[in-house]
Amino acid sequence: MHYLLKKFCTLIITLFIVSLLAFCAFQLIGDPTTSMLGTNATPEQVEALRHELGFDRPLLVQYGDWLIHFVQGDMGTSYSYNMPVSEMVGSRIMVTFIMTMMAFIMTVVVSIPLGIFAARREGGVFDRIITAFDQIVMSIPPFFIGILLTCVFGLILHVFQPGSFDAVRGHPVAYITYMIFPALSIAIPRIAMTVKMLRSSILEQMGQDYIRTAYSRGLNRDGVLWGHALRNALIPVVTFVAVSVAEMVAGSIVIEQVFSIPGIGRLLLASISSRDIPVVQAIVVILALWVVVVNFIADVLYQYIDPRIRLN
Amino acid sequence: MKKKQYKEKKKNWFLYFGGAIVVVMVVLILLGYVWTPYDPNAMDGAAKAQAPSLLHLMGTDNFGRDIFSRVLQGAGTTFFIALCVVAIGAVCGTVIGALTGYFGGWGDEILMRICDSITAFPSILLALVMIAVLGPGKWNVIIVLGILFIPSFARIVRGEYAKCKDLNYIKSARLMGAGHVRIMVRHILPNIWPVLLPAISIGFNNAVLAEASMSFLGVGVSPTEASLGRMLSDAQSYLLRGLPWYALFVGFTIVLLILGFSLLGEGLQQRRRR
Repeated sequence: MHYLLKKFCTLIITLFIVSLLAFCAFQLIGDPTTSMLGTNATPEQVEALRHELGFDRPLLVQYGDWLIHFVQGDMGTSYSYNMPVSEMVGSRIMVTFIMTMMAFIMTVVVSIPLGIFAARREGGVFDRIITAFDQIVMSIPPFFIGILLTCVFGLILHVFQPGSFDAVRGHPVAYITYMIFPALSIAIPRIAMTVKMLRSSILEQMGQDYIRTAYSRGLNRDGVLWGHALRNALIPVVTFVAVSVAEMVAGSIVIEQVFSIPGIGRLLLASISSRDIPVVQAIVVILALWVVVVNFIADVLYQYIDPRIRLN
Repeated sequence: MKKKQYKEKKKNWFLYFGGAIVVVMVVLILLGYVWTPYDPNAMDGAAKAQAPSLLHLMGTDNFGRDIFSRVLQGAGTTFFIALCVVAIGAVCGTVIGALTGYFGGWGDEILMRICDSITAFPSILLALVMIAVLGPGKWNVIIVLGILFIPSFARIVRGEYAKCKDLNYIKSARLMGAGHVRIMVRHILPNIWPVLLPAISIGFNNAVLAEASMSFLGVGVSPTEASLGRMLSDAQSYLLRGLPWYALFVGFTIVLLILGFSLLGEGLQQRRRR
């Protein structure tokens, strides 16, 4: 309990620092008056707009104001679209969330059996094929996996129509079919990493003394693996998989671009190029929140499944 | 026991394959700096969107530009950026890691906490945020990625220094009157090469990937410069218009670069373990 409390405090402090940094960095560069009024504006007009937007106040006051509104769910108003940021972000975040969750499920379902089977017969044919395949897959950037999937399933097999996200919106089956491929592009590199990690984790456990004891009691390799080694070998993997949920959201920024999916990543990129600071700030803080919370959950999981940490 | 001895004699295929790929790619890239079969930007109206042939090894794009020449040039840009990024990361990381690992204390604590919090966030997200502040462009990409690459090197080097500083040969060097700087540079640094070398190779792998991702998203190098990521994003639009080899050749060039460095890194790590 003490441990959790300490971690929770760190979480709050981290979030506070991240939001402060994100706010200040963007506020300092992002004076929107020239882009909103054009270059012909008189100094009085600029001054009036700066006053209206609150840019003439001290930075920390601006931050406090922004933070209080943010916590209440008011993320400000977009400069380019003149609509509430929360409205723009809300619908897009669901798309990204669904895609990430699909990728997460794929990673867990595929990589754990593969890792176990590779480690079961170390040096066997299956193990070697998986290891070689792993190494190659890890070298393919996720966006190129996306392009390859588009090529094979979109252009040759016609399973889905590339770039038709808006058309599939209302149809659950078509929607899921369309989303499988971006989710797969995010999942495939993660699967390769998880398999590699699980395999080496199991093999490391198999060399421990307690495993030798289990052998000496007459268990065969499968019995030792399933009954003794796997539980311990999974501990680092669970944390890794939990943390990769954070990485997957970041990965979806790139993948949304490949499959032209209107998720939070595309909004972030569009807002960065149009210097729409309130939107960028909001998305950065939301993503940071996601990362920090996921790391916190990973910590909790870790201490739940590994009693040694609780004792310390 | 016999099996183990046999295993130790087994060839380090990772090292050979990775090394071979890296050498070939680097030679091609260096060649690309001085000579390309065609001018990468010259448009040939008579040879638009051609399939690969002996004249144009990787075919031509919609404007009749030779894709092979462009890939050579783009790989050159990507490689140059990766080289600078790894140089910044490795040099600064080694200095920081050496100082914190050797001296320890509260400076060590603070710097490692900062490194921890940086690595907790996905690097592509941090890179995007920093680029949003600084603005895109080749040198900004190098600075941003270079900074983001420091923590991983710093952590590795710090661990090695912390491990080495209490070993007997360091104590004896200290007894003979060697100063801190001399011990750090002359006595410990040569011993951490076996650890640093695979880290540099993996760093190259990550730098190529990061640069390609950022240019692919349009926040990397400026549009006038060819880089593999930007070319791939251009090529993607040709994909739907039935010109798949552009995207495939560019993509596989990125894959080969990354594969080469990751195999090399893996091989170097295996060599160290033996």
